[in-house]
Amino acid sequence: MLLFTILLDGIAYGMVLFLISVGLTVTMGLMRVVNLAHGSFAMLGGYLSSVMIRHYGVPFIWSTLGAAIVCGLIGGLAELTIYRPLYRKGDLAQVLLTFGMIFVSIAAMTLLFGPTPVAESMPKWLEGQIDLGFRTYPSYRLFLIGVGTLLAIVLYFIIERSLFGARLRAAVDDPGMARALGINVNLLFTLTFIGGCALAGFGGAIGAGILPIEPFYALKYLVLFLVVVVIGGLGSFRGSLAAALSVGILDTAGKYLVPQLGSFLLWFIVFGLLLWRPNGLLPPKSAT
Amino acid sequence: MSDQTATKPALDFTPPRSGLAALQLRDAWHLLPWGIAIAFYFYADGFHSFGTNVLIMVLFTLSLDLALGYAGIITLGHAAFFGIGAYTAGVVAVHMTTDPIAGLILATILAGILGVLTGMLILHTQGVAMFMLTLAIASMFYEVANQWRSVTGGDDGLTVPRSAPLLAYFGFAGFRFDFRGMTGYLYTLSVVFVWFVIAWRIVKSPFGRSLDGIRQNPRRMRAIGTPVWWRLVAMYGISAAMAGTAGGLQAQATRLVGLTSLELQLSGIVAVMLVLGGERRLYGAFLGAVFFMAVQDWAAAVNPVYWMFVIGGLLMAVVLFLEGGLMGLLDKIFGMFAGKRVENAQPSSNEVKAGEVKTGDAK
Repeated sequence: MLLFTILLDGIAYGMVLFLISVGLTVTMGLMRVVNLAHGSFAMLGGYLSSVMIRHYGVPFIWSTLGAAIVCGLIGGLAELTIYRPLYRKGDLAQVLLTFGMIFVSIAAMTLLFGPTPVAESMPKWLEGQIDLGFRTYPSYRLFLIGVGTLLAIVLYFIIERSLFGARLRAAVDDPGMARALGINVNLLFTLTFIGGCALAGFGGAIGAGILPIEPFYALKYLVLFLVVVVIGGLGSFRGSLAAALSVGILDTAGKYLVPQLGSFLLWFIVFGLLLWRPNGLLPPKSAT
Repeated sequence: MSDQTATKPALDFTPPRSGLAALQLRDAWHLLPWGIAIAFYFYADGFHSFGTNVLIMVLFTLSLDLALGYAGIITLGHAAFFGIGAYTAGVVAVHMTTDPIAGLILATILAGILGVLTGMLILHTQGVAMFMLTLAIASMFYEVANQWRSVTGGDDGLTVPRSAPLLAYFGFAGFRFDFRGMTGYLYTLSVVFVWFVIAWRIVKSPFGRSLDGIRQNPRRMRAIGTPVWWRLVAMYGISAAMAGTAGGLQAQATRLVGLTSLELQLSGIVAVMLVLGGERRLYGAFLGAVFFMAVQDWAAAVNPVYWMFVIGGLLMAVVLFLEGGLMGLLDKIFGMFAGKRVENAQPSSNEVKAGEVKTGDAK
């Protein structure tokens, strides 16, 4: 029974991580930008959605979708203005600039919404428990698993089965060659960046019950998002799904079974994995 | 071939003079920063503990300059070693001895050992994987400090007893640490000076020059026979030891060690100080830390939220508009006065194509 709880909790947690990180894996894989500020978009999504629910009475689903759209637009704008000049710079400049963006976003959110975490604003239909026949389980977490699975399937078809996805994967594997074949890599990247930020905003909004929204969100969970991306392999869609679920389940299992270790177990395993497979578990062709 | 070499005049192989013998009049500008630091002791009434904190950050930034600036190891986990040093000095003071120098030496050694051990593991990798490994290490240390409450005090922090008088050996009464922090300031300044001299000698040595080469092109350096990995491990270890000293000094100065000394935020802040002052300049660490701490002091007094805006904005502005940091800016200003344009002797790592760095093979 405990195993079952760990598995479901871990998957629900992993789905949130997946939604937030999947955009980041494409950014880092395709354009080779170390983008530390990705979590800021998830944080923004969480804040926007809670404001819409509290102050304007927008239903939960619509508020999360609205947050996703706004985050996507802001992400697109950021890509065109801030990220473009970064592509040609080195790792260090990218790390530092995007780290600076985190600080600015923390300050902005504190100024706008105050320093305390935002209270969850879940709709009534997500608050209860659902009877699974042999036990009950919080419906919010089941909802997360359902939405995550659905989006993973949709993303699978977009990335692995569509022309857009084929171009995207080609660009990840070899941007130079993709350009030579007439693929507009820049446009592709802007579109993917918008999509990634929208997903992050959506993930931040619906995942607020698991990763509470607060001004330090982008900094607090930064390493977690990066871990998912790097363990999965930069630019690998399947890798990020596998990594997100494993990280979710591992972290949950660690906290249930050996609470005295906290998150230490997770970091230890991440450390070992990265030493063993520096390119991640399922790296795209370009990295191997 | 042998004739040719024989007829050529023998190469002049007088080794460059080093150490004190190499100092000339034009090196007198070195007196300026240290002179200011000493003058601060006499004239900055009531600001000695602030000055001590600035010096500690100078030392920490200097340590990052060795690893990140000179060796090109991109790390966002340097607070791990600062924190290890701080906790070591704290635990030593609580359980073993309150002698400040003993605590500091142990803090330095332990941080250095951990730096060498973790460096041996992570420096095989490159690019994003290595960057992530530094983050993972920092997170592990943080969790250990957070959970090992019996030793570290967990999130309550560790209260450190007041240090015993400085240099109280062989019957000498020593110098008592006063409440105004004046002894503490001089003690910290001396430690920073010792480390600065060591760092200066390191970066001017053949060892330091070889790291310059490794940063710019590890493959070529390997091809000419440089033991790249060992050199990086050595530099990482030295840098970690230095960060440990800085942490130990902080534990002794503030007499409280908290989890903040291991946080990602601290690693970020020290990186800000470094790029703000200018990488690979040593004195950049001084400028960056002093400027940053002054701005922080001012901004936090106005409104704590502004402080975050200020550091984030500073970081972004420096990366986008002020390559080379404040030291680079000074170069340009002095260059204008001298009527000549200053050229960067070394291409900065920022100009290296991102792809090259990441796809370079490690082994």
